[in-house]
Amino acid sequence: MAKRIEVSDLNIYYGNFLAVEGVNVSIEPRSITALIGPSGCGKSTFLRSLNRMHEVLPGARVEGKVVMDGQDLYGGDVDPVDVRRQIGMVFQRPNPFPTMSIYDNVIAGNRLNNKRMRKSETDELVEKSLRGANLWNEVKDRLDRPGSGLSGGQQQRLCIARAIAVEPDVLLMDEPCSALDPISTLAIEDLMGELKERFTIVIVTHNMQQAARVSEQTGFFNLNGVGQPGRLIEFNPTEKIFSNPDQKATEDYISGRFG
Amino acid sequence: MSTDTRSEPRLAASPEGPVRSHRRLPRFAPLGLYLAGIALGAGLSALTGFSVTSTVVYGVILGTAAVYLTSRTVEGSRKGTDRLVTCLVTTAFGIAMIPLVSLVYTVLDKGLARLDGDFFSNSMYRVVGEGGGAYHAILGTLIITLVATVISVPIGLFTAIYLVEYGTGRLKRAITFFVDVMTGIPSIVAGLFAFALFTLLFGNDFRAGIMGAVALSVLMIPVVVRSSEEVLKLVPNELREASYALGVPKWRTVVKVVLPTAIAGLGTGVTLSVARVVGETAPLLITVGLITGTNLNPFDGRMATLPVFAFYQLTQPGTATQAFLDRAWTAALVLIIFVMALNILARLISRFFAPKTGR
Ligand SMILES: Nc1ncnc2c1ncn2[C@@H]1O[C@H](COP(=O)(O)OP(=O)(O)O)[C@@H](O)[C@H]1O
Ligand SMILES: [Mg+2]
Repeated sequence: MAKRIEVSDLNIYYGNFLAVEGVNVSIEPRSITALIGPSGCGKSTFLRSLNRMHEVLPGARVEGKVVMDGQDLYGGDVDPVDVRRQIGMVFQRPNPFPTMSIYDNVIAGNRLNNKRMRKSETDELVEKSLRGANLWNEVKDRLDRPGSGLSGGQQQRLCIARAIAVEPDVLLMDEPCSALDPISTLAIEDLMGELKERFTIVIVTHNMQQAARVSEQTGFFNLNGVGQPGRLIEFNPTEKIFSNPDQKATEDYISGRFG
Repeated sequence: MSTDTRSEPRLAASPEGPVRSHRRLPRFAPLGLYLAGIALGAGLSALTGFSVTSTVVYGVILGTAAVYLTSRTVEGSRKGTDRLVTCLVTTAFGIAMIPLVSLVYTVLDKGLARLDGDFFSNSMYRVVGEGGGAYHAILGTLIITLVATVISVPIGLFTAIYLVEYGTGRLKRAITFFVDVMTGIPSIVAGLFAFALFTLLFGNDFRAGIMGAVALSVLMIPVVVRSSEEVLKLVPNELREASYALGVPKWRTVVKVVLPTAIAGLGTGVTLSVARVVGETAPLLITVGLITGTNLNPFDGRMATLPVFAFYQLTQPGTATQAFLDRAWTAALVLIIFVMALNILARLISRFFAPKTGR
């Protein structure tokens, strides 16, 4: 049930500070969209505004439109909690719930919302999600152990399993591999390749090779100086961005001639 | 080379190596020097008419000086300063331990006399001399403390949740300020507050355990708020965000993610706040007073409590003075055992409820 997201004229604020300005972009379903750019240019901020996680910070607000399948996510009658059920998120640092077992972590989205399910149903959901996150074989014998006992890469895949267990339409990932070793990174990249069959994936990454390897579309964010808002400079198919970008700044950044 | 006694030949062989090597005092030398200083202090004290106090004072000064000067000469100034500070810290620790050890010893020494079955099974009903016990006071303390806990924990916990999870701006600052003020309320004032409150509501002659419980709550609530607030702040924000990102509303996140993660710290804080008020005397003295018989109903009539029991045994002994004094000491001992049990319980709670890492 992957869905398209259309963003128009999006301004994102922290209090009075305009962090990201004037983003217009269309994110394709069933594909991976990568966001690259120097630190502090607003990639995370933009990503978090897509599922209304931005506004959980005090004073944070958004102007503009984010439309998913014809519905404005920032419309007056839309509950942010429902938006987040449709658009899941994986964070930079793996954050499994420390009080829960691996099993409970996977079904946390249902448990925390008190959704009643039969034992056989949850068993099935746990297996399906863990298989979906390529983690089943590694943890199937210790589902009742705490999730925090896994390695960093396994924890991150557990978080992915937890995110896909609620069956979202879109999956946002904020530098999901930056805390991981190269082997775990590869495992997660492979996984993204499989997940894009079912989900729309948006990934922020610092690693340009990663963007080149996994994504179909790439967006380059940049900012003119400290205190200036970040902007989406260029948004194009990944091949074009990496071979023949429209903008000089993109080319400079990609070839390492930056700043 | 036979005179070289240093144990590390590599350092000895290359005195100008990349890492500067220093000579070290043998392992037990500082302790020996310190004890020698104490012995010298005892000698000095004997010259001026021996006393323990002067021995300790002279001894500590001489011992510290001996260790510092020797270490400075042999090991250099940085190590010398290190040893000096070690001596000072150890001495401070020793001084801090003196009242504790002396108190525990005295209470055990005098309190064990009446720590018998009678003490736990008899009240003071119709007892004027020997015998009797604190059955009524022990139960009274348990009941009043329990009621105080039942009042304070919800109020304190909800306040802390508001401050950490929801509060912003002026109201939050005002609440924090008033909690700080409450922390400093003298216990007698808390007692007078409860007394005035219940007198206003139920008239002059009203006496009940609940008055004491309310007074204790006034003292307990700020402690619960403060400790819970600190613990809730320790819950990583990432966990809250992980929960929001799954489409879980905020209140469910607080109830099902934040509180369970913090449960060990919350339990510990509550237990320690109970320990803080269980020995309060003044507010109970002016509210619930004392009776000789057993009253288990906290909503009607005076009740006995251990601290007030001890106070009256001590200040108003009848004809059998020694029996009253013995009971006072035993009551104090039981109270200390209560507090210690609560502290141990707090440790067990934090051990067993802490999130398991499973590594
Ligand atoms: N919680 C916050 N409060 C205020 N400003 C913030 C906050 N988080 C990020 N910012 C600011 O927003 C801008 C974009 O940050 P971010 O989105 O984290 O950048 P990126 O993820 O691209 O490195 C930066 O200038 C940063 O200082
Ligand atoms: Mg970021």
